[in-house]
Amino acid sequence: MSLYVDIEKKFSGFCLRAKFEAEQEVMGILGASGCGKSMTLKCIAGTIKPDKGRIALNGVTLFDSEKGINLVPQKRHVGLLFQNYALFPNMTVQKNLMAGVRPWEKDRKKARDQVREFVERFYLTGLEKHRPSELSGGQQQRVALARILLARPRLLMLDEPFSALDGYLKWKLELELMDILKEFDSTTLFVSHSRDEIYRLCSRVCVMENGRSAPAVSVKAMFEEPKTMAACQLSGCKNYSAARPAFGPGREGGAWVLACDWGVELECERPVPENITHIGVRSHAIHVALGEGDERKNVIECRILRIVEDVFHMVVMASPLNGASGQDGSQLRLEMSKEQWAACARQEGEVIRVFIDPAHIMPLVSSE
Amino acid sequence: MDWYPLYNSLRIALISSVIVFFAGIFAAYYIARLNRVVKGILDVVLTLPMVLPPTVAGYFLLLLLGTKRPLGIWFMENFGIKLVMTWYSGIFAASVVAFPLMYRTARGAFESFDETLAYSGQTLGLSNTYIFWHIRMPVCRQGILAGAVLAFARALGEYGATSMLAGYTPGKTATISTTVYQLWRTDNDTLAFQWVMVNLAISAAVLLTVNMLERKSKRK
Repeated sequence: MSLYVDIEKKFSGFCLRAKFEAEQEVMGILGASGCGKSMTLKCIAGTIKPDKGRIALNGVTLFDSEKGINLVPQKRHVGLLFQNYALFPNMTVQKNLMAGVRPWEKDRKKARDQVREFVERFYLTGLEKHRPSELSGGQQQRVALARILLARPRLLMLDEPFSALDGYLKWKLELELMDILKEFDSTTLFVSHSRDEIYRLCSRVCVMENGRSAPAVSVKAMFEEPKTMAACQLSGCKNYSAARPAFGPGREGGAWVLACDWGVELECERPVPENITHIGVRSHAIHVALGEGDERKNVIECRILRIVEDVFHMVVMASPLNGASGQDGSQLRLEMSKEQWAACARQEGEVIRVFIDPAHIMPLVSSE
Repeated sequence: MDWYPLYNSLRIALISSVIVFFAGIFAAYYIARLNRVVKGILDVVLTLPMVLPPTVAGYFLLLLLGTKRPLGIWFMENFGIKLVMTWYSGIFAASVVAFPLMYRTARGAFESFDETLAYSGQTLGLSNTYIFWHIRMPVCRQGILAGAVLAFARALGEYGATSMLAGYTPGKTATISTTVYQLWRTDNDTLAFQWVMVNLAISAAVLLTVNMLERKSKRK
């Protein structure tokens, strides 16, 4: 075990309870904004003191409320990349980088050599004399990362590193970051509210909701079989219905659920857990049945409410005929390519038959 | 023309500015960290000299430092030092009156300081002393410089509390402001006017220097 975290911290009206372990890996912490992700990182870095619990890194206790241990941030050897990068505005790039080497390398010449090496590695050549305010967002991030890695941390924590950047640059930096993380080769915590970033960069993920962390699972499992409403929502799923197990003739095997909001009984691939409260279905897993003869499992009759053209695909909002009417939650959201939709040739207001593959129904448990 | 008042005013203003500079920064830095009640009380006490008439501030100082008062007696008995009616009494007066200006501007500068800069310094392993002198102070430089200048100007122009604590003795405790008043009171208008011009010249020079410093730091 390389990082162990089990902490509690109370604020006015907010309670943080984070518990997870991380190996030598890139672990993601996924959660909506304000769920306590950044606070967790600050507790590990030592700039916020938790009320109780324990934090250990590579066998060294950083914080232990029972034993009264609370190492100062300087002694934790934890690198934290802040959302705004926190570069020192009064110092040039060179001096900012020197600040990372300074605490452990007293020989000025050796320190400068170290900095020179990192300037080259992070494509900062020629910018040494510039101030942070004169750099682009991407350059600032590279300086901040270089400065942190120069300080030789045993744990690297990235707090929403791409939130301040836009589209194309974001992607470029993400590719750069992948290489840097591969070279770093120690535990990394990657905090984000973006499922895509987490999916691409992390091996395991820990979902946080309202200050509580769920047990870490592999990224693949989190996206293919989310277990809770929160995890499913964060994974980008848009269709939900309250649900309970369905029984009766032809409903054997425990694989049937009643989707209350949609007013239908659906068959799942595998038996559903007894404490199921909801089901989730991804937008692209709902398909339109073409002709009358196209008989399939899990058919829902719907009226088309709205057809929205997106950049690369079509979004169709439909309301199940037997569904709980008037509720937004009862609407289905379908996504398909523009060609697929053109093949259906339907208008707003018409009734269509849609079907859901049993393998794509995700049984969920509400976390409350 | 006897230049003693100029010399005395300058040394009082310079010494009290240095005292106030460090005391003000120290107070601003630590009081910001206290809990709300203590902070509120200390804030009022430390800012009072700014809103009180200087003569009232001088009165309070006399209650503390006067020859028949506890601190005055203690210093006399132990060190043989008289705290009032000497040239350095002006330092006490000027320091107390100028302190709130430094304290409040420095506090404003510290409050607008982005605390994540300090946090990131700590996680990099930089000592708190280094962070204070190499990051917090330079980043807050503008505000702190402005506070120091205001404090110096206030100390240089101090009249009320100084006249109560140090009085006016030509060649001993006379400052520019007390001299101007004395000369005018004794109908020596020409000399009074000359001292007024000296005062104007110093003030203008101070302001010019500050402006130049600011422009220089911006160009960097």
